[in-house]
Amino acid sequence: MSGTGIGASVRRTEDLRFVRGAGKYTDDMNLLGQTYAYILRSPHAHATINSIDTSAASQGDGVVAVFTAEDMAAIGGIPCGWQVHSKDGSPMHEPKHPVLAEGKVRHTGDPVAVVIAESRSQARDAAESIEVDYGVLPAVVDMNDAVTADSTSVHDDVGTNICYDWALGDPEVVDEAFSNAAHVASLDLVNNRLIPNAIEPRCAIGDFDQATGQYTLHTTSQNPHVIRLLMGAFVLGVPEHKLRVHAPDVGGGFGSKIFHYAEEIIVTWAAAQLNRPVKWTADRSESFISDAHGRDHVTKVELALDEDGKFLALRESTLANMGAYLSTFAPCIPTYLHGTLLAGQYATPVIYCEVKAVFTNTVPVDAYRGAGRPEATYLLERIVQVAADQLGMDPAEIRRRNFIQPDQFPYQTPVALVYDTGDYDASLSKALDSADYAGFAARKASSKAAGKLRGIGISSYIEACGIAPSNVVGSLGARAGLYEAATIRVNPTGSVSVLTGSHSHGQGHETTFAQVVSEKLGIDFDSIEIVHGDTDKIPFGMGTYGSRSIAVGGTAIVNALDKIIAKGKKIAAHLLEASEADIEFEDGQFVVPGTDKAKAFGEVALTAYVPHQYPLEELEPGLEETAFYDPKNFTFPAGTYVCEVEVDPETGVVDIASFHATDDFGTIINPMIVEGQVHGGLVQGIGQALLEAACYDDNGQLLSGSYMDYTMPRAADVPSFSVDTTVTECEHNPLGVKGCGEAGAIGSPPAVINAILNALAEVGVTELDMPATPHRVWQAIRSAQAS
Amino acid sequence: MYAFDYKSPSSLSEAADMLQSSDDGVLLAGGHTLLPTMKQRLASASDLIDLGGVSELRGISVSGGQVTIGAMTTHAEVAASSEVANAIAALADLAGGIGDPQVRNAGTIGGSIANSDPSADYPAALVGLGATINTNSRSIAADDFFTGMFDTALDENEIITQVSFPIPDAAGYSKFPNPASRYAVVGVFVSRSSDGVRVAVTGAGPSVFRVAEMEAALADSFSAASVAGISVSDDDLNSDIHASAEYRAHLVTVMAKRAVQKAGG
Ligand SMILES: Cc1cc2nc3c(=O)[nH]c(=O)nc-3n(C[C@H](O)[C@H](O)[C@H](O)COP(=O)(O)OP(=O)(O)OC[C@H]3O[C@@H](n4cnc5c(N)ncnc54)[C@H](O)[C@@H]3O)c2cc1C
Repeated sequence: MSGTGIGASVRRTEDLRFVRGAGKYTDDMNLLGQTYAYILRSPHAHATINSIDTSAASQGDGVVAVFTAEDMAAIGGIPCGWQVHSKDGSPMHEPKHPVLAEGKVRHTGDPVAVVIAESRSQARDAAESIEVDYGVLPAVVDMNDAVTADSTSVHDDVGTNICYDWALGDPEVVDEAFSNAAHVASLDLVNNRLIPNAIEPRCAIGDFDQATGQYTLHTTSQNPHVIRLLMGAFVLGVPEHKLRVHAPDVGGGFGSKIFHYAEEIIVTWAAAQLNRPVKWTADRSESFISDAHGRDHVTKVELALDEDGKFLALRESTLANMGAYLSTFAPCIPTYLHGTLLAGQYATPVIYCEVKAVFTNTVPVDAYRGAGRPEATYLLERIVQVAADQLGMDPAEIRRRNFIQPDQFPYQTPVALVYDTGDYDASLSKALDSADYAGFAARKASSKAAGKLRGIGISSYIEACGIAPSNVVGSLGARAGLYEAATIRVNPTGSVSVLTGSHSHGQGHETTFAQVVSEKLGIDFDSIEIVHGDTDKIPFGMGTYGSRSIAVGGTAIVNALDKIIAKGKKIAAHLLEASEADIEFEDGQFVVPGTDKAKAFGEVALTAYVPHQYPLEELEPGLEETAFYDPKNFTFPAGTYVCEVEVDPETGVVDIASFHATDDFGTIINPMIVEGQVHGGLVQGIGQALLEAACYDDNGQLLSGSYMDYTMPRAADVPSFSVDTTVTECEHNPLGVKGCGEAGAIGSPPAVINAILNALAEVGVTELDMPATPHRVWQAIRSAQAS
Repeated sequence: MYAFDYKSPSSLSEAADMLQSSDDGVLLAGGHTLLPTMKQRLASASDLIDLGGVSELRGISVSGGQVTIGAMTTHAEVAASSEVANAIAALADLAGGIGDPQVRNAGTIGGSIANSDPSADYPAALVGLGATINTNSRSIAADDFFTGMFDTALDENEIITQVSFPIPDAAGYSKFPNPASRYAVVGVFVSRSSDGVRVAVTGAGPSVFRVAEMEAALADSFSAASVAGISVSDDDLNSDIHASAEYRAHLVTVMAKRAVQKAGG
């Protein structure tokens, strides 16, 4: 390992500008002649729009324009990027998602009109004088109600609130296994709706150059090329060469900034109408009702076991909330990113999963850190615990007994995936050791002496990352490929610009990717620049989500580097008057082994651009290479988390006494960054388990619409984590990497809830949903005592 | 925010004149309640009269068996004051548990009690200690000051100048924080002095209230066990997504016990 190569905990390059307040975010940009958009949003969850009168608003101070759906009639609705089919073969219902509400509003926060003015406050002042005559309709909020035959429809033209009724697996085979099982464990659970809350609210600036017909959108996006494709091709009808999408520094996304949002369209379209830049920045309250939410499943799960605790079959039935409209990736989250994960780390022979996606009068729901996989892990690791309890088995032992064994790889699961590598017992054992599993009984006894209930919980998760082989996802309904692109531009004096389609919004790519390049080229870390986030600079890119950046984006970089090295060898061979086949590249030198012939990388780079001594007849000058990499398979990070809690039975307060994580992410490029990613993921998972809940009332009003009511985890809510790794390398990418961005959020919720239920077992509690707030825990204890 | 005129008086009388002569003047203290409400356009003012420059409203003094705190004194100043800690440690403890550091560095005792948020901490201390609120025109007993949810006995244009707390023999405050906002879901302040025992509850109801049954039991025997069996009715208690009325009633007893323990009982 070199000081800045693979495996070194290099300090994050980007942090210097972030901690100095010198980062450049979208809202930091201000263009000449810029105007400001304010979006009037629906106060109702469900209503007809009988009329909109904008005449007074148009006369407001500083107002440049007021637009409603009528003005935007010529442009398309917001497209969905994935088409799922129901089990009967029919395509999902895909009602129009208008940019501004057309005749009806379908969730509180649905955009109704936009006012553009010389200042933000003028735009907002004028919006208050827009008169909208709403005919309020009953709101569809609860999913169980939404799927009943007599429910109001969110979309009249669809006529049902069931978007699709999808299934995976053979129900008859699974039913058969259940009927022969010695034991069946079953569980009803809710996976709570979450609000992403990236620290930087969304922002978009549209700009139009009348001279060239060039549109520019500066936006808070995790994937600018995807936005260019969706907005250009499907909404505005602007070809790629006339549309630049730029996502500069972005302050966190967690999935919520993958999607193509109405505001991006509004500012880009309006900039051309007005021939002036238009800027929109969400305020925090607006983020709560306009950023796509996450999770929100209601699930029944059953596990069939034989008398020895071996899993025979798993059966799941879920209602998954889509909200009012289909957000960009929404349909694939509860299906292909969820049902396919139900084998977990186990050799369960048969699995059946059915998912009904449901429209409701709530904010659209889409991918949020983990996206589908936390929901799969949660139900699986909860039902495994229930089964262990009912059979009187140790929860570690029941897992061990069912793990896929190291010699079974590659392992074909019954739910479509082929796992390449893993060693599940290794991470379980390491986590248990670290948590001093054996000493738990003594700790429980001392808690008891202090009037507290102590519990321990395990979660052994797996995730499918490195999303994704294009032909596979294409056959499953993806409307795009999921490869990644990279260009390595070696500059004449030997410095390197890396143009990557992976977008960094907190992950530290500028450091990690530079480490890969530094290692491969043997050059100084400081002479490498990672460039991302601009469709005018980067050849192409599918962006950052699904823990794909290092596995897919990193591999594209490695492949482009290989091309650079191959060309460098040709140049070096010419310079050294040696045969190309004799040249090797090591530690930044092209050498002929066994001789003293060597050329430094920098010399070769200079020669490529000043080709005086160069094989010009055979080789183009210059040293720049591009690679597109389409992954051969998903990657499968996995691990075990052990959580210990102490519950105050008097108040219901849960204190996390310790949390031990052991992850297998394959090769690790920067251990410090990986540790940081795990910490962040764990905090989000613990937030889901203990604190966070998006609550709607029966009228579809968001009750948890600010930080006064929506509990974001704080440092004091979490313990000091103990994190560790085991390594089995991914076998189908050159770095052997699996990805680490989502693991913490995926694996932790069931560990926490299993620990709480373990603590509460002695007072008779067997059921508890997330978030396990003090109030809920207290109620659970009370009702157990009453019965 | 709607537009307003910003005024910066340097004395109490100047502030009172500005308030009197404005159409719809509003006093600005720490701004932690007022400014967010104005940003959300739920409140507006013709004139915003900033008390930040009125030095006579700031400061802490202890004399004659009283701790007196100026209206513009921040929660952080009260929390860090050794004078307060020596005289009424429970009061410093309460101030140190309000919100987070940003809130404590800006929020003031005057702003807090004028606002009379049902979940604010200070009302429990004022009623739990039998404090007196001094304004630019009169003195009001704490028992008479908090008249309801976001409602006080203050007249229009009346300015709180100081709060005086009699020093008790023992006092304790125990709070169950709202996990999101850190306001009190339930907070109970208990004190014992020659005038008797006081038990004041904030967070649970529409406004701070006393629990006579607990006060009587503690007067008999000042110990946690005395209140352990006493519960308040949940009939008129608040209920929201964080806590039902029933849970709040339960927490009143638990927090009362813990407050008594902190007070040495
Ligand atoms: C995130 C957050 C968390 C919080 N957590 C807590 C908590 O845990 N516990 C708690 O008790 N509080 C909490 N607060 C409230 C905070 O501590 C302040 O007490 C509160 O915001 C009011 O005080 P202020 O000085 O900011 O007053 P301002 O917001 O400036 O004013 C509030 C009202 O009082 C009026 N006013 C101000 N001074 C006077 C005066 N001298 N005379 C007459 N009227 C006056 C103003 O006109 C205004 O109507 C929290 C606030 C926030 C934002």
